Amino acid sequence: MSTFVYMTRCDGCGHCVDICPSDIMHIDETIRRAKNIEPNFCWECYACVKACPNHAIDVRGYADFAPMGHSVRVRREEEKGTISWKIKFRNGKEKNFVSPITTKPWGKFIPKLAEGEKPNQEEINSQRLYLEPEGLNTKKELPTVPKESFKKGVYY
Amino acid sequence: MLSTNPFSILAETVSPIFLQWFVIVMVILVAVGTLLDIIYKKNVKYFFENAKKAKLSATKTLSTGEKISVISKTIVSDIATTSELGAGKRRVAHLLGMYGTILFWIGSVIMIFCYSTPSSDTPNVWPIIWHAGAIMTVLGGSWFWFFLRVDVYSEAQPWYRIIKADLFVLALLASALFGLIWSFLQSLNLNNRWDDKLFLILFIISNIVLFGGVYWSKFAHMLYKPGAAIQKNLAEADGSRDNLPPPADAPKQYGLGIDREKAKHY
Repeated sequence: MSTFVYMTRCDGCGHCVDICPSDIMHIDETIRRAKNIEPNFCWECYACVKACPNHAIDVRGYADFAPMGHSVRVRREEEKGTISWKIKFRNGKEKNFVSPITTKPWGKFIPKLAEGEKPNQEEINSQRLYLEPEGLNTKKELPTVPKESFKKGVYY
Repeated sequence: MLSTNPFSILAETVSPIFLQWFVIVMVILVAVGTLLDIIYKKNVKYFFENAKKAKLSATKTLSTGEKISVISKTIVSDIATTSELGAGKRRVAHLLGMYGTILFWIGSVIMIFCYSTPSSDTPNVWPIIWHAGAIMTVLGGSWFWFFLRVDVYSEAQPWYRIIKADLFVLALLASALFGLIWSFLQSLNLNNRWDDKLFLILFIISNIVLFGGVYWSKFAHMLYKPGAAIQKNLAEADGSRDNLPPPADAPKQYGLGIDREKAKHY
């Protein structure tokens, strides 16, 4: 799958060009609107789709199921701090999701790991990650998966 | 200079009928160029097919009153004040260029068709509108072309690089700039010196390129963009929203809600 641009919506602001990690969103030389110059290099990260202020970028599905009317579209509302998804299935079923934007401002909230306490052996062996559960803003005990529940020879 | 009708001075040497025919030919060129654009690029066909598809996924049938309200809001917000460009330099430059061009063209048509005989007494307001329109177009167009072009700022292209997309803005800029210079030189009464004639020829050539190049340039965006804005807002109102999710119904500052870094040219 790869991104493409609805020319009627694009106003050529360049946000997608700035944000594309693969550097494949570029400005068309004839109409000065955005375009994906290398669709086969698009890894569907959706960065440009979310960044586009005019919702002009969409992701094309594979040819075998795209003609059947599915769609995955997203609306990013910075002022509300939300990101909403609408998934439309081929059979017409729809699912809507709203999530918080978790992007953090540049240079802030960088954990100072070097200044933190060194984990002891017990913490290293535990299933918890470093700074859990405090790092998740909770003091509750986190759920664990007992080792016995894994099938030996399959999972370890 | 600002209150002098340059076309009535020109009419002392060129027949007003010729000036009027020139305007009519330019209008015909725009119509033919747009028609060719519609036929060969199939953008209008795509637009209507897309609108038909959107109608199928509408969750609500809009009444005529609701449609009129949406269209009126679109005209005020999206079309008259180009709100899609956000609240930055790009919008101001676009508004300067847009209203400048409208004033420049209206002034030209009125002065050429109503006050282009050497004896005609042009009300002061029309030459002022024409000159103010040209100045606004030059300011907005140059601001955009020298400082706000996305291919220069987002793609790091050199400022002097000219692409096909520049045909419209450069022809428009040239037309307004050469028009202004021609009017100024003509007002100096140079007694048949070559300068004002040269700029008159450049003014004519830039107009022919601007109106004759519709098929190759971005000229037609002036006709398509308003239609696309109306369709987008109607789709938002009838619930089809081009398959986009509805605006989130979540408390303010649900997430961190940080503002992204604004692009430099925006």
